[in-house]
Amino acid sequence: MDNELDELYKQVILDHNKSPRNFGILQHHTHCAEGHNPLCGDHIDIYLDMDGEIIRDISFNGSGCAISKASASIMTTVLKGKTIPEAKVLFNQFHDVVTSDIESNTDTTNLGKLQVFCGVREFPARIKCASLAWHTLTNALDKQELTTTE
Amino acid sequence: MDKFLINLEGSKPFNVERIRQDFPILNREVHGKPLVYLDNAATTQKPKAVIKAVQNYYATLNANIHRGVHYLSEAATKEYECVRKIIQGLINTQYEEEIIYTRGTTESINLVASSWGRANLKEGDEILITTMEHHSNIVPWQIIASQTGAKIKVVPINNSGEIIFEEFEKLLSEKTKFVSVVHVSNSLGTINPIKEIIEKSHKAGALVLIDAAQSIQHLKLDVQALDCDFLAFSGHKLYGPTGIGVLYGKEHLLDAMPPYQGGGDMIMSVTFEKTTFNTLPYKFEAGTPNISGAIGLGVAIRYLQNIGLDAVGDYENGLLKYATAVLSEIKGLKIIGTAQNKCSVISFVLDNVHPHDVGTMLDRDGVAVRTGHHCTEPIMRRFNVPATSRASFSFYNTKQEIDVLGESIKKVIKMFS
Repeated sequence: MDNELDELYKQVILDHNKSPRNFGILQHHTHCAEGHNPLCGDHIDIYLDMDGEIIRDISFNGSGCAISKASASIMTTVLKGKTIPEAKVLFNQFHDVVTSDIESNTDTTNLGKLQVFCGVREFPARIKCASLAWHTLTNALDKQELTTTE
Repeated sequence: MDKFLINLEGSKPFNVERIRQDFPILNREVHGKPLVYLDNAATTQKPKAVIKAVQNYYATLNANIHRGVHYLSEAATKEYECVRKIIQGLINTQYEEEIIYTRGTTESINLVASSWGRANLKEGDEILITTMEHHSNIVPWQIIASQTGAKIKVVPINNSGEIIFEEFEKLLSEKTKFVSVVHVSNSLGTINPIKEIIEKSHKAGALVLIDAAQSIQHLKLDVQALDCDFLAFSGHKLYGPTGIGVLYGKEHLLDAMPPYQGGGDMIMSVTFEKTTFNTLPYKFEAGTPNISGAIGLGVAIRYLQNIGLDAVGDYENGLLKYATAVLSEIKGLKIIGTAQNKCSVISFVLDNVHPHDVGTMLDRDGVAVRTGHHCTEPIMRRFNVPATSRASFSFYNTKQEIDVLGESIKKVIKMFS
């Protein structure tokens, strides 16, 4: 098997794809947003239950490729209990992980679970898949009021 | 044209190994593996003869056409214009003037929707299309419908991906003014019964446009025998360059239609008070056209005719049968589009693996397929899938390449199991 493919489809990613965490509609949510990648038809909704600045609960729903699904799943596990500023820092770090050139010296040691996405940078066409959930999260947080996906 | 045809290549009798040598790109590797190019419904590769013709045009003949008295301009005009005759021969039009050069199928359909539609459609009129249309045969009609008050009606398809003919007949009425239908579906491969569709539509008093983007490279077309009113296709799906396409229209219809775009070349004379438009086909060809593209397209058509469309069709049908058998044997794979009459296009989905992941993994084996909705979102909704993977075959593909595809798909299934 191709090494770069193994890097992209790490066991953790395959596992989250098969059994996504925090999957489904969050009944008590204060924020939500709909994310769509028209290129491949990926569709992900993010639900947030906010306690002020703190993400009390988070879930995602929808359908997509393994990369977008695993990214959404891992994102929800990483963000539960975090504050908005902490979430923004994590998004920036995640963005660096999936877009940096392999030669660059981005420090990935503190990324924890997000590190599994470093294989994506070798597949430029898949960067959008990996970041869809994060962009949708940003949209959800930017909305002050409850929005529906209709 | 003959100066560009010194070495037309092609192969008679049909010999795929010899034909493959005409296509330089087929020799390259991708990710260290031999390229297996199975995305022919998106665009076809170009034979050396076409590449050389475009190169020779710029190296020896480049000039603007229809407006120079100098040698190069006249020579370029002659080469550009004589391709119209080649296209006339390909689809058997009555007059050469019925061939309009466009940028491609999309522009051809937009031209008809915009020019004919704006002049002839009004509130209460209906435009009939089908569920399996490419977005380029949906959106132009939506735009013109919103401007004129006409309504769009959609003919449904069955679970095999075939038009439900009785439903089509039911939808036809005196309100139907235009029927725009795809000949071969780019997502499903279905060959539609256009002869019958045209006959029924004409009886109802409607005009018919045939989107031939996916049929012109596989099937013999005769616009007079079909009696279609308009026919559209692209050069780049016919082994020619991108950015050149064709609209055929019956002369009396084109004559009565207002211009699509204004500019140079499409006028007889211009004053600030009044402009007189040029005659056909120039009325619809504003601005400096894609000269090298047209010349390349002419060579591509001659190349295809040299091999013979019958031989091409037979060989591609063989590939379709073989590929259908190979893919049908793979557990967990479902083919979307199982019409009785099909061209060499196979869309498929895998249990629990998204097409995007399929595409990425096949690519690493050198196999190029298309993944996504193929600009046919209504078809995806009809079959309740977010997207499909699509392998589409040309006469330069081989059974061995289909075996590579099959093995690569099995690897994907294993990885995601």
